[in-house]
Parts: sequence; C-alpha cells; structure tokens
Amino acid sequence: MTPLRRWLQAFAVHGVLLVGVAFALYPVLWVAALAFSGSNAPEPRVLPWPSEPTLAHLTEVVGATADDGGETIWIFGRQLLNSLVVGAATALVGVLIAIPTAYALARFEFLGKRRGMGVLLATQMFPAVASAIPLYLILESAGLLNTRTGLVLCYASTAVPFAIFQLRAAFEAIPVDLEEAAMVDGATRLGAFVRVVLPVARPAIAVTSLFAFMSAYNEFILAATLLDDSKMFTLPVMLQRFVGEYDARWEAFAAGALVVSLPVMGLFYVAQRHLVEGLASGGVKG
Amino acid sequence: MRPWRWLVAVLVATWLLPAAARATDRDGRIRLWHAWRGEEEAALAELLESWDGPTVEVLAVPYDALSSKLGSAIPFGEGPDIFVDSHERLGEYHRRELVADVGDAFEDGAYVGEAVDAVTIDGARFGVPLSMKSLALYVNDDLVAVVPGDLEGIAALAETLPEGVVALAYEANNAYAHAAILHACGGRLLNDDDSFGFVGPAAETSIDVVLDLLDAGVVPREADGALVTNLFRSGKAAFAMSGPWLAADLATPEGDAVRYHVEPLPLLARTRGRLQPLLTVESAMLSPSGAARPEVRRFAAFLASSAAAARRAERARAVTARTDTPSADPIVRAFAAQGRAAVPMSTRPAMRAAWEPANKALRKILRGDAPVTEALVEAEHRFAMVMRPPPPARSPTILLVVIGGALMFGAVVLVQRARTRAFREQVRRSIPAWLWVAHAVFVVGVLVVLPLLVGTATSLFGGPPGDVHYVGAANFVDILTARGGPLLASGSFWLTLLVTVLWTVVNVALHVGLGLAFGILLARPVLRMRAMYRVLLIIPWAVPNYVTALAWKGMFHRQFGAVTGATMALGDWLGVTIEPIAWFSRFSTAFTANVATNAWLGFPFMMVVTVAALGSVPKDVLEAAEVDGASRWQRFRHVTLPMIGPSLVPAVMLGAIWTFNMFNVVFLVSGGDPDGTTDILVSEAYRWAFTRDAQYGYAAAYAVLIFVLLSGITRGLDRIGAAAKAKVGP
Repeated sequence: MTPLRRWLQAFAVHGVLLVGVAFALYPVLWVAALAFSGSNAPEPRVLPWPSEPTLAHLTEVVGATADDGGETIWIFGRQLLNSLVVGAATALVGVLIAIPTAYALARFEFLGKRRGMGVLLATQMFPAVASAIPLYLILESAGLLNTRTGLVLCYASTAVPFAIFQLRAAFEAIPVDLEEAAMVDGATRLGAFVRVVLPVARPAIAVTSLFAFMSAYNEFILAATLLDDSKMFTLPVMLQRFVGEYDARWEAFAAGALVVSLPVMGLFYVAQRHLVEGLASGGVKG
Repeated sequence: MRPWRWLVAVLVATWLLPAAARATDRDGRIRLWHAWRGEEEAALAELLESWDGPTVEVLAVPYDALSSKLGSAIPFGEGPDIFVDSHERLGEYHRRELVADVGDAFEDGAYVGEAVDAVTIDGARFGVPLSMKSLALYVNDDLVAVVPGDLEGIAALAETLPEGVVALAYEANNAYAHAAILHACGGRLLNDDDSFGFVGPAAETSIDVVLDLLDAGVVPREADGALVTNLFRSGKAAFAMSGPWLAADLATPEGDAVRYHVEPLPLLARTRGRLQPLLTVESAMLSPSGAARPEVRRFAAFLASSAAAARRAERARAVTARTDTPSADPIVRAFAAQGRAAVPMSTRPAMRAAWEPANKALRKILRGDAPVTEALVEAEHRFAMVMRPPPPARSPTILLVVIGGALMFGAVVLVQRARTRAFREQVRRSIPAWLWVAHAVFVVGVLVVLPLLVGTATSLFGGPPGDVHYVGAANFVDILTARGGPLLASGSFWLTLLVTVLWTVVNVALHVGLGLAFGILLARPVLRMRAMYRVLLIIPWAVPNYVTALAWKGMFHRQFGAVTGATMALGDWLGVTIEPIAWFSRFSTAFTANVATNAWLGFPFMMVVTVAALGSVPKDVLEAAEVDGASRWQRFRHVTLPMIGPSLVPAVMLGAIWTFNMFNVVFLVSGGDPDGTTDILVSEAYRWAFTRDAQYGYAAAYAVLIFVLLSGITRGLDRIGAAAKAKVGP
C-alpha cells in the first residue's frame, strides 16, 4: 500500500468514526446544554450550546432538601444513595442467583433443562403491562411493598434470565479440562467451580453485573408504583416530577438527567475494556 | 475477595438503618399524598408547621401517576389516609371505592356553589374543596395597551405586533384548552347522558374558529404547555390562555419576567358566547380507612380552613373555593372571577375516556389531515368503542373443566413415567444439578413466572375495576376482529401488528448495520484513539433511555427543534427556503423520528457484540484470504461474516424481541402520532390499561397475543437457523 493510499484510508476511517461520534453525542449534548441554560428562549438552534449559562438548575436539583420529622435532610443525596444501593444490590443478588444456574445449564444434563431454558426465553417476550398488578399483589402479601428490598427482589428476578443467558455462554466457552484437572487433584465440583471457573469468567461476570446494575438504576415505572416515601425514591422517580402535565421544567429535568447519567457513564468508562472481553467469551448466546 | 466483603457490609448496613427507623411504625400518623409542586408545595410545608395533631407523612406524586398509584394502593389498605386531587377523578374513585364520605370535615355553607357540586355524588360529599383552577387570559402589558373585548379583536391585533411575536399563545391541540372555545359555541365535551359531546354543529363551529386563528398566524401551531410558558415569559406572545401555573413560572427572584395582568377570557363575537374554561376543583379526599379516623377528618378540615386558604393564596396564588377568604392579589382575584364563569369538569368516569378521542380528532383536524365532520364522527366512534359495555359474564365451567382435565392428564402421564426404571434413574442423576438451580427456579418462579401466569389469566376477565367478571375469550375475539370495525382501520390489531413488524425489521436492520460498520472500524488492527472512539460511541447506551427519548422528541419539534434549526441553516447556506417539517403529522416522518431515536439507542450494543465477536476471528484466516487476493468486500462477505455470524444471531434475536416491545421510545417520542398510527402493539396495550378506562383484561389480552406472536416467530427462526446450520455442516 502506498503511503498516500494509507493516509487516505486513515482519513476515511476517522471521518466515518467522527460522524458516528457526532451522531452519538448530539442529543446528549443537547441535554447538557439545556441543563446549563439560564433562559429557554424558544428559537431553533443548531449547536447545543447553553444560552445565558448558569449553574442554578444543577444546584437546585443536587441541593434539594426535604423535611423529615422536623429535621432537614439532603434528599437528593439520600435518593442518589438509594439508586446506587438498589442498583448494586440488584447486580449482586441477580448475579449470585444466576451464576450457579448458568453453570448447571452449561455443564450438567438434567430433567427439565430444555423446558426451563424455554421458560427463561419466554419471560423476555411477555410485556410487563400484564404482570405489574400481580407483582404488586405478591409483594403486598409478603409485606414488601414500599421497601427497597421488594424493589431489589423484583429487579433482580427480572435481571436473572438475561444474566443466565450471558453467563451460561461464558461458562460454556471455558474448557472443561480446567475443572477436570482440578478435580483430579482432589477438589470437589464446588471447589473447582469457585477456584477455577469463576476467576476465568470474571470479565463476563463484571459485564453481566453492569447490565443488571444499569437496568435497576434506570428503571422508574415499577419504582414509582411500589415506593410511597420520598426518602426511599430512586433518582428516576424524582426526575419524573419535573415533567408534569401542565408545566414541564425541562431545564431542571435536564440537569437531573445529567447527574443521574454520570455514574452509569463512569461505570461504562471503567468497564469498557471488560465489555468487549466479557461479551467475547461466548457472547449473548440464547 | 476483600473489597467484596467490604461492599457487602456497606450494603447490609445501609439496608438495616432505614429499616430500623421504619420499625417505629406509622401508626397514629396521617399519610398525605398530593401532586403539588413549587410554591404550593412550600405553602403546604408552612401549613404543616402550625398543625397541632399527629405527625403528617407527606408524599408528592406526579399528577399523571397519582390516580394509578392510588388505585393500586388503597384497595390493599396501603396508601394515604388523605390525598389532594382534582375533582373530576372523583367519579371513578367513587366507583372503585377509593374514597369515602368526608363527614364532618365538610363545612356547610363555606364554599362556592360550583365547588360544592364538584365534590357531591348522590347527595354525599366525597371531598373538601381546597382551590379552583381554570385557564384565564394573561395580557402582556408592554405589548398591549387596550385589551379587546372579544377573541376576534385579539386576532386583529396580530398585525400590529412586532415581527416574531404571536398574538395568543395557548395549547390549541389540547382538548382541555379547546373546551373554552367549545363552550362559547354552546358545546360540551361530554353530554349529561354520558354520550360524546365533541361532535355536531357546536363542535364544528369551535374548530372553524381555531382553524381561522391558526391560518392567520394568530396562534402558534403545535404548542405544548412549556412552549406557551416560554413564549409568554420571553415576551413573544401578547396574550396567553393559561392557568395559575404560568404566574408561578413568570416569577423570578428579581420580580416578574414580563409586565402582565390577568383577566377573564374574552367573548367570541361570532356566537356572542363567552369563552368559558373548564374548572377543576382541587379537593382533599379521604380513603375509606382515613375517613374512619377523626384526626384525619380534622386534618382535612384544617387544610380547608380559612387560615390555610389565605396562606395558599398568599404564598402560591391559589384561588380558594371558600366564600369567606377574599384575596387582595389582583391575579388571584382575576382567577377567582374566572372560576365563577367557568364550566366545572364532569366527574363521570366516562369523562376520562373522552379525552383521547377528542385530542386525536383535534390534532388531526388542525393539521389538516381530515375534514372536520369526518374526524369528529370518528372520535365519537372511538369513544363508543372504549365505553362499549364489557362483554357479558360467562360461566367459567368449560375453562375449569379443561384446566382440570389437563392437570389430570399431566398427572397420569407423570405417574406412568415415574413407574419406569429409566425415569427414576434420570431423576436420581438430575438431583445434584437441581440443587444448583433450585433457588433460581424459586425466585424467577415467584416473581417473574407467577405474575405472568396471573396476567395471562387476567386476559379472560373484563369490566371496569371494581366490577370484574369472567368473559371467556371475548377480549381476544374483540381484538382479532378489530371490535367489529374494518380489519385494517387505524388502531386495529392487524394494522398495529403490521406497523410493529415494520418497526422491528427496520430497527434491527439499522442496529446490525450501524453496529457492524462501527464494530469493524473499531476492531481494525491499527487505529489511533481507539479507546476514545469506543467510549464516545457507547454513550447512547449509557444514558437512561427515557431521558434521550425526550431529548430526541425535543429535537424534532416543528418550530423550535434542533433538526428544524439544522434544515433551516442548511437552507440558508444553499440559499433556498426549506419549510419546517411537522415531524409528527405524517406517519412516514413520525415513524422516521421514532426509528432515528431507537437506532441511536440500540446500535452501541450491536457494535460491542461485533467487536467482541471479531476478537475471536483468527487473524491468520483473514491474512490468508488477503494473500489469496480477495477484495475487502469478498473478505467481509465470505470470511468475516460467516465466522462472526453465529455469535451475532442470539444478540440479534434478543434485540428483535426487545425492539418489538420497545415501549419507551414510541410512547415518549411520537406518542402514537399521527392519530395512533405509529403505535406498536405494546404501546396500544398500555393505552388500554392506563388511559382507556383501565381495561386491564383487554390490555392483558394484547400482552398474551404479543407473547404468542413472539414465541411463534422465534421458534420459526430457530428452525430456519438449525436447518441452515445442518446444511452448512458443523
């Protein structure tokens, strides 16, 4: 390849990628611009740049306080903590439930295996609209309404099927020889699984946890239905209040949305190397 | 492992602390739910400081979410003791037994007549009136010297206004605002006999009035509440027809954003009627358990007291429903005057079903998509469709016999098999594996599969909440026969299915196309700034999708969206005028807007999957192909694609299922516009459940149909995939 051709090719590649980046960032930059805009003058603009830049919306949303029995609490901080805890707990619980199941599906033959896999796939096809009310009844009878524990259980159980698909593929990609060698050396099945298989599957587990975290962190329909106490709200429920029927406060919503997005973006940034690795070890095999 | 242990400890600790605090119990407390925001919420907080009874636990719920939240909590003895809501929801709450007689909390003779009527059902009081809300006329005093007495006069002012200033800003597309003009023409949205009122000569006259205003450029097109606020606040509207919330938005720390005053709506010279807005009476309502407690009733009376009304008027400019608490604030007085000349909204449950058809017809006509009469008759038909009596109750005997028979048969088969030695051997060998999966079976079974089964069963029931009965397969018959209408009419199952399939195919094609293209570029052996590109291209995946869906909707706004701005800038640059596109007025453009949003949301996932799959393609195979002189396309088509294909297929399948049920984007971006044509099956199901008289059985039937379709399609694709694999060989 001549240097000129190589140069032209690199130019084309970067050109396409830059167009893609612009496409990917444009709406997000609009949200950011709105969050910092002092005025929302109604005129079409092309460049997402804040007009009359201000930090007022951001400080308003982040600094929100509430009265709790005569005591002023930093409600935004509480809700951020709720979101993070609910997300992390969902990831932890969901992945812990999924790991042994995925391993059994990858390694053992047993009665009901095929049918069980079919049911797992089927749960992904049923729209949530029909199951929301029965779920409410079940949590009611377990006394878990208006608790974060109930919320986490719901999120974790809905995250489990996808997590099982992911992890099963990852376990299948790990050579059986590794465990067998360990078992020959005297390890039990469980011991071999914990000491040999899990460390190898770490990238896939990290990525699966990230997905579970994200789905819980971003969910708001269930959270808005189940939670009755603003001290327990997660951030998306708080955001919902800014876009009411009559008077949407878009600047405040945008400021809140920006803050809500930051932790997930941070996690993606940290996990992006694993993301490829985790999906590569088998991909999302159904 | 140590960081994990630390994390678990923190999780457990944060969990237990609030739980311990909760253990002190709510007994004796009063739980209050409301949808107030801003100054009204602040006024409530001030009031609570002077309340001397039991502690009040307050929860602010978004107005749209309040009624469904009440409906799911109160029947279980959960939820509030007292809640503040609009009176027009009272009829439905009463039917569903979510409210009870307020008893001695209601002070006889203290309220204006409209407010008393609004909370009275069959002679009993089901709410304590707090404040009255309606639209009124905001006048920008810098732009208008003399306020014309009629709407035509306001329209005539348009020519004298500076460039870029509209005469009258209001939500012309919204039946709530349009009702003011409808009333001036002698019409009603809902007749007293529960029939649809927005049809016939009065409705047609009212629409002619608005069409004239739009054609003359007096009123902005496609204005929503936020736009009305923005136009008036930035001095770009001489008049605005809006509610008290606009006054709150105009207030800044340095005084009002524009110089304005408020007065009652003008006359309509054409009919000599006065524009009469709909009146909403915000009331404190008591749940059955709350109404039984004297301290809750005392608290309701406290909220409605003269002192409380004065506080709300002073702090939040709320117009009281009391006769003994006049306000000195000119804006509050103007709204009070308007309230006496307004039409209280009907409390009948049918009212809720009237909004959607009325709004659809109004939007369709104002866009110029249908003749007035035709659209209104269609709206009447739609209303009748939602309000049609539920299917007759059937005896569930047949179903029970079938289920019982199936269970018996299954049990017999199982027992037969259990007798065989091979089966017992299989069970014995399965037991260790079952121990690995038991917990997941339990959790997924109880929290995922059980609700799905119950949901499926719901599809066999019909009738409004509170009066549900078994109807057999009537819901399914109704849906599949398009409720007796033409099979491919707008909103019918079959047309929606076509749109859904088109939506899924186009989206998945774009996801895979964009994902492959960027994935292949990112996986190039030599690429500078690879990490940066990868991070930035993943961003659409990392931002919550309801946020970006709303951002995209904003970008497609006809007058003020960024897409419009871009086309106008392009036009300027080319020296031609490009008319702004009304994105949500035609199926093709609205569908495009939805697809653009969803393609944007979904491509990073396929991109990452592609990069991952490419990582496992051996380099030497590609190099061998290159040495053999294969072109770039040939290498991709005959080497790369077959090698990464198998690991893409499951991702594509899952992506297709998710796209098929992608509720957020359709609901938030186009909202089904125009005329419900861009709705997909799942958003249609949501509408039946939440905006059309809460017909959960009907919505569940949609959900079951979606499930049957998806499982059929995936099974078919699986077969094809397996056949193809068998042909190619392992």
